[in-house]
Amino acid sequence: MDKIPILRMGNFLLVTIQVDLYDRLALNLEADLVQMVNKTSAKGVLIDISAVSIVDSFMGRIIGNIASMSKILDAQTVVVGMQPAVAITLIELGLPLKGVHTALDVEKGMSLLKSMIDDPGDEEIEEDDFITE
Amino acid sequence: MILSLSKDTVQVVREQDVVLFRNRVKESAVKIKMGLVNQTRLITATSELLRNMLRYANGGQGLIEIVSRGRDNGIRVTFSDKGPGIPDISLAMRDGYSTGKSLGLGLPGTKRLVNEFDIKSKPGEGTTIVIIKWANG
Repeated sequence: MDKIPILRMGNFLLVTIQVDLYDRLALNLEADLVQMVNKTSAKGVLIDISAVSIVDSFMGRIIGNIASMSKILDAQTVVVGMQPAVAITLIELGLPLKGVHTALDVEKGMSLLKSMIDDPGDEEIEEDDFITE
Repeated sequence: MILSLSKDTVQVVREQDVVLFRNRVKESAVKIKMGLVNQTRLITATSELLRNMLRYANGGQGLIEIVSRGRDNGIRVTFSDKGPGIPDISLAMRDGYSTGKSLGLGLPGTKRLVNEFDIKSKPGEGTTIVIIKWANG
């Protein structure tokens, strides 16, 4: 069974999708990611789809789901690196990915995540909280 | 008149077959020098229809053809299954309608992505969908 690796970097989880997704793989990623958010109390999830050549309605929905689920678990999701052709196709298909934050590349995505997490202000981020597993 | 220049038949029974099928479609599209955006539209449309076929009919058969009409080249993909069929096609083609748990974007969305879209279905016998994307369409 293929699996998409989820990397942890401080407060963030990084996912780089390097293979062509099929439905089961996408569903597993969704489940794994949400569990990882819970387990590591991550504050941000960054999904890099620069190597993904197509996103259809199902995968679009999974991306939306991941964002909403993480949100409930108090983590922000940013999708980065979408290819222009994929963006065109998604809109024509009728899937505007509302509620999903996007950025052009990983670097911009990271700074967006950082600003989103720093911004609320009312909560202190305790960085050393989740070292034990 | 539309002439078929090459034929490639692929059985689709597992989810992983979808990846293979998409790659075949991409190869054909590259062969006729289809632009990247149109390729992406075509492959996305293919992916939607393959999923429908797997979900509602437990798989079926796909035929990928390079076709030509005058000076235009294009890719024609035919999806045939022996599933339950679609009782009301106009309802199935409506945005947001779904008997499954999906968003109901599959059929109407797919139609928007390709140049020609033809659907025939008989309840109890199966469904055949033909799409064409012209290289410059």
